[in-house]
Amino acid sequence: MTDSDVKLVYQRPAGFDARTTHYCPGCTHGVAHRLVAEVLEEMGELHNTIGVAPVGCAVFAYNYFSFDFVEAAHGRAPAMATGIKRTLPSKTVFTYQGDGDMASIGMGEIVAAAARGELITAIFINNTNYGMTGGQMAPTTLPGQVTTSSPKGRDVERQGYPIKLAEMLATLDGAAYIARRSLHDARSIRQAKKAIRTAFEAQRQGLGFTMVELLSICPTNWGLNVADSRKWLADHMLPFYPVGDFKVNPAINAAGGN
Amino acid sequence: MQTEIIISGFGGQGTLYAGQLLAYAAMDEGKQVTWIPSYGPEMRGGTANCTVVISDEEIGSPTVLYPKAVLAMNLPSLDKYEPLMATGGILIVNESMVNRVPTRKDIRAIMVPANTIAQELGNERVSNMVMMGALLKALPLLPEGAIERALAAHTAERHKRLMGTNIEALKKGMAYA
Amino acid sequence: MAKELIKGNIAVAETALRVGLVSYFGYPITPQTELLEHLSARMPDLGRAFVQAESELGAINMVYGAACTGHRTMTSSSSPGISLMMEGISYISGTELPAVIVNVVRGGPGLGNIAPSQGDYNQMVHGGGHGEYHLLVLAPASVQEAVELTALAFDLAEKYRTIVAIMMDGSLGQMMEPAELPPFVPLREEVPDWAVKAIPGKPRVVLSSINIDPPAQERFNLRNELKWQKIRRDEVRFREYYLEDAEYVVVGYGTVGRIALSAVRTAREKGIKVGLLRPITLKPFPVEAVERLVPQAKAFLVTEANNGMMLDDIRGLVKGLKPVEFYGRMGGVLPYPDEILDAIEALVKGPLTLEGDPRDRWLAVLEQKIGVGV
Repeated sequence: MTDSDVKLVYQRPAGFDARTTHYCPGCTHGVAHRLVAEVLEEMGELHNTIGVAPVGCAVFAYNYFSFDFVEAAHGRAPAMATGIKRTLPSKTVFTYQGDGDMASIGMGEIVAAAARGELITAIFINNTNYGMTGGQMAPTTLPGQVTTSSPKGRDVERQGYPIKLAEMLATLDGAAYIARRSLHDARSIRQAKKAIRTAFEAQRQGLGFTMVELLSICPTNWGLNVADSRKWLADHMLPFYPVGDFKVNPAINAAGGN
Repeated sequence: MQTEIIISGFGGQGTLYAGQLLAYAAMDEGKQVTWIPSYGPEMRGGTANCTVVISDEEIGSPTVLYPKAVLAMNLPSLDKYEPLMATGGILIVNESMVNRVPTRKDIRAIMVPANTIAQELGNERVSNMVMMGALLKALPLLPEGAIERALAAHTAERHKRLMGTNIEALKKGMAYA
Repeated sequence: MAKELIKGNIAVAETALRVGLVSYFGYPITPQTELLEHLSARMPDLGRAFVQAESELGAINMVYGAACTGHRTMTSSSSPGISLMMEGISYISGTELPAVIVNVVRGGPGLGNIAPSQGDYNQMVHGGGHGEYHLLVLAPASVQEAVELTALAFDLAEKYRTIVAIMMDGSLGQMMEPAELPPFVPLREEVPDWAVKAIPGKPRVVLSSINIDPPAQERFNLRNELKWQKIRRDEVRFREYYLEDAEYVVVGYGTVGRIALSAVRTAREKGIKVGLLRPITLKPFPVEAVERLVPQAKAFLVTEANNGMMLDDIRGLVKGLKPVEFYGRMGGVLPYPDEILDAIEALVKGPLTLEGDPRDRWLAVLEQKIGVGV
């Protein structure tokens, strides 16, 4: 076998550091990280990007990417990203946040950033629970879903209803691209990558705020194996949280976006 | 040597502006000066007042309990500040807006029909300058012409057309002191 | 440069611009709003970043982000807003970033009122946010001093990679005085190595307040404490008035410090040998300046627009060697010079005592004066 016979089909993206993540086996954070790294590399933006990590499972996200990163207080990543982007407007700036971080404690910051049309991209991991603290009820927990703080299942009469953040942010004029994708199978993951690309492109074009919600699995806290977790996502989350584009600035289609 | 002046009246009577003009004039003459408005809820309640302190040395308190001079542009101001004035102080009262004369004998009170004079000059808004004229004549805080120079130096272009009336108002006020 | 008659709030805002403020993030709150308004009018024209944030929580975290870039950034607020900012203040401190925060203190607690107060002394000087951190706290007493301390605040923030807080009060913010502002300096192009900049070829920078490993956090905290030791040694600022032969020492800062100056002058005219120590850095506190005065003083009088927050610090320094008395007003009420004069004369009249709590004696005086009953 000669060198020319060897075809490299898979490798660590240049946007990743060579280290093992702290995520649980089967967790889709790794997939989401990888998609972001691949997109930024493909766009040639790797060394023009500053990321903002959240509080939650992705708190150590800054350890895994090869570019500059800062770590925000819980929920404040969009505000921190605003400070960076306004000071360094030529840089690509993104936040990477979970559902508790973005849709609960950080709801004020994300809504205000979107309404201002802040030129940042928010990557939103929705796995319907607070993973880092051991699986408590999140703002995205489904009705009836059992968590450690809704042990009999989320009772909407007492505990309220889940928040559909993509649909909500899409109502804001400052938003240029708001989409929801899923990470439960290969086809969905490919679509998720396209959406992430579209979001970063829209940021680069200065069209406005962009957000991609990624439906994710949490096998550890859901108490399911990976295969069952993916099935659970498809069976329960997809009907409640439909994938799709909820806001697309016309300039994105005009530019031949995805 | 330090002098404290309180200028008090209804909102719209130009009390804050009159104080600022006095402060500008003092600054331009090389004096130490502070101007501080009352900015609390009472501002909304109708009276607007400011305290101007003019001194030859570093000014301590920008507010005083017992002022040396008061421009009382309306009755509430007269009622509030007459009892507080330092002995020997100068109280200029806008006669057009009160129904009584000051009662204290240990201060010098000067009644000035400021609104009437201002109306005669064609602009009721210069009543504050009428009062200021009386003050500066009664209390020679600043060299002659200082306030007129401050008017010329610190009036925004768009307001300069009123300068002549303002100077006229100052002169009319001086005649009462 | 010629002096101009300028409001404290505007003077601070304009000075910040002139010494190279690149970004400002704030939220309207009386009595600091003119500061925000002035920058909203000036910064876009200068091509600099101004954002009216969704809340003080948003504002301080925008400052956090901007501070990560190594460019000059600030926010301003008043007491209730500063309370909301405590989260970010702790995080910024935990990431060792330079930033300037202006607190135009108002009467509290709670929503309180918009009148001048010094009720945030403990919050600014002794913490407020979580964990071990130190702010440099500067307390100007005049518009000119506010100008000078604003310029200094940015230098100190960068020199020590720390937050510098300027603690004013509503009356200084609203007061106009002649002041000479610094000349405009061009924005600095280069940024420090530690800042995030996303420039190809530069080493990756990660800025975080996390130290998940306790010994690592302890090493960080120790380094911060050692830095603070240096700040305590090198950055103390204060002013002394009539202290050479003073038998009675008044201590007051900010607006109350200058009000006390009026009282001290009047007392001097009456032949009382009294002087004033006016701390300019509330943190680091002028410890030695107080200690030096202990031997010569018959008694100290601490005066503040709060319930005796600096009083505790002064008592700690005087160590019971000399009587320390207190006179303060609270809730947005400033003492008049005459009230402080009364307190000075009460010291002279005596009897002086080392017994009991000066706060109890002050409360009795104030209760008699404004009388609320319990």
